[in-house]
Amino acid sequence: MSLDKKDFLHLCRLSRLEPDASAQEEMAQQCSRILAYMDKLAEVDTTDVEPLYSPVIHECAFRDDVAERRRERSAILADAPQTDGAFFIVPRIVEGK
Amino acid sequence: MELFELSLCEVRDLLRKGEVSAEAVTRSCLNRINATEPSVKALLGRRDEAALKQARAMDAARPADFSDKPLWGVPVTVKDVLTVKGMPTTAASKILEGFVPPYDAHVVEKLEQAGAIILGKNNMDEFAMGSTTEHSAYAATTNPWDVERVPGGSSGGSAASVAACQCFASLGSDTGGSIRQPASLCGCVGIKPTYGRVSRYGLLAYASSFDQVGPMTRTVEDAAAMLQVIAGHDRRDSTCSPVAVPDYNAAMTAQADLKGLKLGLPREFFGHEGLDAGVAAACQKAVDAARELGAEIVEVSLPHTEYSIASYYILAAAEASSNLARYDGVRYGHRTAAPKNLEDMYTSSRTEGFGPEVQRRILLGSYVLSAGYYDAYYRKAAQVRRLIRQDYLDALRQCDMLVAPVSPVPAWKIGEMGGDPLQMYFMDIFTLSLNLAGLPGLSVPVGMSGSLPVGIQLMGRAFDEGRLFLAGDKLTRVLGTHNQRAPM
Repeated sequence: MSLDKKDFLHLCRLSRLEPDASAQEEMAQQCSRILAYMDKLAEVDTTDVEPLYSPVIHECAFRDDVAERRRERSAILADAPQTDGAFFIVPRIVEGK
Repeated sequence: MELFELSLCEVRDLLRKGEVSAEAVTRSCLNRINATEPSVKALLGRRDEAALKQARAMDAARPADFSDKPLWGVPVTVKDVLTVKGMPTTAASKILEGFVPPYDAHVVEKLEQAGAIILGKNNMDEFAMGSTTEHSAYAATTNPWDVERVPGGSSGGSAASVAACQCFASLGSDTGGSIRQPASLCGCVGIKPTYGRVSRYGLLAYASSFDQVGPMTRTVEDAAAMLQVIAGHDRRDSTCSPVAVPDYNAAMTAQADLKGLKLGLPREFFGHEGLDAGVAAACQKAVDAARELGAEIVEVSLPHTEYSIASYYILAAAEASSNLARYDGVRYGHRTAAPKNLEDMYTSSRTEGFGPEVQRRILLGSYVLSAGYYDAYYRKAAQVRRLIRQDYLDALRQCDMLVAPVSPVPAWKIGEMGGDPLQMYFMDIFTLSLNLAGLPGLSVPVGMSGSLPVGIQLMGRAFDEGRLFLAGDKLTRVLGTHNQRAPM
């Protein structure tokens, strides 16, 4: 599989990444080479094989869904880049006047 | 002998008897860190004063009974992928620069409850993606056996700290070999527990269906003591197993030899074309030692081994692209200066914050999960994962555990792997498949290739860590690698 420039830029957009123009070509080539190697899996006959997404062998333990306050608001906000003391602040979401 | 040269269990026993103080042991480790850290660069964060204060307070209030304080006074370090309340936690990434978590990881809580003293946070490959610790945004850790070489990765800082005697144990994490490989390259012990044996709460996620936390130490006995403390159910991780934790020390000492144990050698591993002759010879010596200890050796096959790299890197990249979507500059971590709008804030913050290897894996993950490619890549890789696990289950029906090299080569020179990511992925050929299968693996030092240490891995059935400790303990004692330290 090889990625052309348009595919690569689409992938960057999906990933919310924007590598430098100078780095884009090298990264696209590396991704293409890695994907070409992945094509090796086509050699394996997987007819009727169920995908395995998690190796959990034991029964997962469920707990009651009970609301609890593990941490104070101030402790959570202390790590935020920008707050007004009560909420996270981000650039305007709805653009316009 | 200096205090820092003792094993964890040796120093623990001296502390219990009152023959040394927690402060003296902590000072010994801090002095050792001061002496070795300028060349090893294993730590991203330290808490010298807080650790000494903690040690003095512990000495002033020695417990009468140590049964619920199995690590009382023992200095340890943890990989910077685990949260420690009040200590910066970055996963060696710029995107988490300045992040100070308001909570402890489950395993950190367990260490603290057991009386361990945390000295610092270990360097690593950014978000645990890498096999050399060169992919840290902050520094490249060196190998204490030869500071021009890599310590392995991604838990390279943990392995280097342990090998350089900066601490008695460190916690690492293993997603595709990140505990076992650096343990092997630095001549120490590391165990990746069965998936679900240890809680992932507070472990910054890379690939959630692979990640496991485990100890790195200088003796097998020490690894067993550490796993005893951190293993067990935690309701905050639904994949964490409720299966009871056995007494690992009892399992490790259940017999004095390896009689009655059948060890399987996977022919695809020992016959691998990239296997270094020195590594092969050291592994063969370990197999011979196991036979002399009474083990029966059989050959087994893991026929899908050659597909493990492709399967792993598709699935792990997919999970990474999803897990790392949370780093958006909103709630914590790096935010770009003066974003033009919300979308620019996301994109610029992420582009500035993530290093190239992390960006590559996010892009690959987005690709294999995107419409049109999902079936051909993601689903296909998960089908192959089931076949790989079936190989392990079949092989482990013919024997009690598998024995195999950990890394095809000993530690290589810093910068030697260059800019080809695929070449680096190929170095993980012997470790990835175990994570695909979710089974436990113990890496133990067995000898040298030239002047560099070589490890072997013992891979077992689910939740059979006790027998891995039994075999690993016997082997390292007869091979003279028990409590091996880097000559620095």
